[in-house]
Amino acid sequence: MNLGRFFLRIYAIWQFIRRFFKEVFLPPYEYREIINQFFQVGIRSLSIITLTGFITGVVFTKQSRSSLAEFGATSWLPSLIAIALIRALAPLVTALIIAGKVGSNIGAELGSMKVTEQIDAMEVSSTNPFKFLVASRILATTAIVPVLALYMGFVGLMGAYLNVHHNEQTSFAAFFQNAFNKITFLDVWVLLLKSAVYGFTIGVAGCFNGYNADQGTVGVGRAANTAVVISMFLIFIEEMIIVQLVNYFKHGG
Amino acid sequence: MEANDMAKQLTIPIDSSRPVISIRGLRRSFGDLQVLKGVDLDVYHGETLVVLGRSGSGKSVLIKIIAGLLRPDAGSVRVLGKDITRLDTKELQALRTHIGFSFQSSALYDGMNVRANLEFPLVRNKRHLSSGQIDAAIAKVLDDVGLSQTLYQMPSELSGGQRKRIGIARTLILQPEIMLYDEPTAGLDPVTSVEINDLINEVQERYHTSSIVITHDLTCARAVGDRLVMLSEGQFVRQGSFEEVFETDDPRVKNFYNYNFITGP
Repeated sequence: MNLGRFFLRIYAIWQFIRRFFKEVFLPPYEYREIINQFFQVGIRSLSIITLTGFITGVVFTKQSRSSLAEFGATSWLPSLIAIALIRALAPLVTALIIAGKVGSNIGAELGSMKVTEQIDAMEVSSTNPFKFLVASRILATTAIVPVLALYMGFVGLMGAYLNVHHNEQTSFAAFFQNAFNKITFLDVWVLLLKSAVYGFTIGVAGCFNGYNADQGTVGVGRAANTAVVISMFLIFIEEMIIVQLVNYFKHGG
Repeated sequence: MEANDMAKQLTIPIDSSRPVISIRGLRRSFGDLQVLKGVDLDVYHGETLVVLGRSGSGKSVLIKIIAGLLRPDAGSVRVLGKDITRLDTKELQALRTHIGFSFQSSALYDGMNVRANLEFPLVRNKRHLSSGQIDAAIAKVLDDVGLSQTLYQMPSELSGGQRKRIGIARTLILQPEIMLYDEPTAGLDPVTSVEINDLINEVQERYHTSSIVITHDLTCARAVGDRLVMLSEGQFVRQGSFEEVFETDDPRVKNFYNYNFITGP
């Protein structure tokens, strides 16, 4: 891709995002489709989020124990795991899973609808396809990823608790008291905020690539692939920026 | 059936003083490729106009411009008295409720069953309807296209001909004044093609529509068309009845005729 085309694409994405903010607040609202997308993104991702969250908690605890044990500091395990999960792992892992599962699905679904003229069919039947297909999906990913990230944090802590309880015979109350000792409301707010940013990114990347797909089935595959690659790349960039910003505001630079 | 027997029998009176579509100086390019080079066209109330032409001649571009899916580079396109090039989004959406568009690929929504496909335009454009009225409207259009038994089937479970019929039913549910058919018989076997041709004529009879049919299938053109125009290299080169269009030595028209598998006029 040459530089001119690259900037044209950036401009097209900017226009796409502007259109989203314009359409999402204007009636008529596609309530049924929004609820359907909340279900598709949220409920359908619950099992994989539960599994990965639990494994993350267990594995991270096992890996950290030996290092802390060298300093006789295994009692710090709950707070260490809580900090790692709430501040970094839960939002990041959730976003990456949703990018792979939901982002690719959105890219392929909208891409397929584009190349089979289903989006044109919506338009000629006096329905706004952008509002129906795009606004509802971006809204769903933006709203659901924070909820899933919070849920993954909780499931991860449960996994960690089972491991700690098994090895150190720590009680449930003691584990969670220790874990939440180092977690502030700011940490939870930042988790929700950055997960919303990741969700928005996943929704925009999936919808933009699908909605603008061309060249038949090749274009559909490309839309799904690009949606995942771009959103994963952007999620890491955003993580870096948000961590810098949070540290800046927390510690004054 | 002999080709000559297929000529359209059922017609409602054509009112040539009332053009429902009026196009002047229409131009459209894609990059360096000029697809439409100053096209003029009138479609009258009650008429079925067939636009013939080879693949890539700009036929589909023409009806996509009429439906407001593509914007022209130059020229005016008046549909039901309104210049679609000057309408804002809301006005265009309002106008589209009077236009039915049957896509070449049928364009049924894959994720919805037949009922949901038919309900989709209705609930968004006629919000005052009760669920009983919606059920009745769906039952009527399904009956009109002869597929009442498919109500809860998914598009993937339908044959090509059934998909075309449901696609047409979905447009009819809003009772349009104008029907645009993009290659209605493409990809269908000869028997199903004849059934679709009959359906196009029945739709015109029952719903009193004016229609444009885009096709390169001369059997379809003869069966449904009141008037034919031939598009070649971005311009109309012939127009008239089926016989009038093909009574010429113009090689562009003769070649097109000779490569279609029907008996000569």
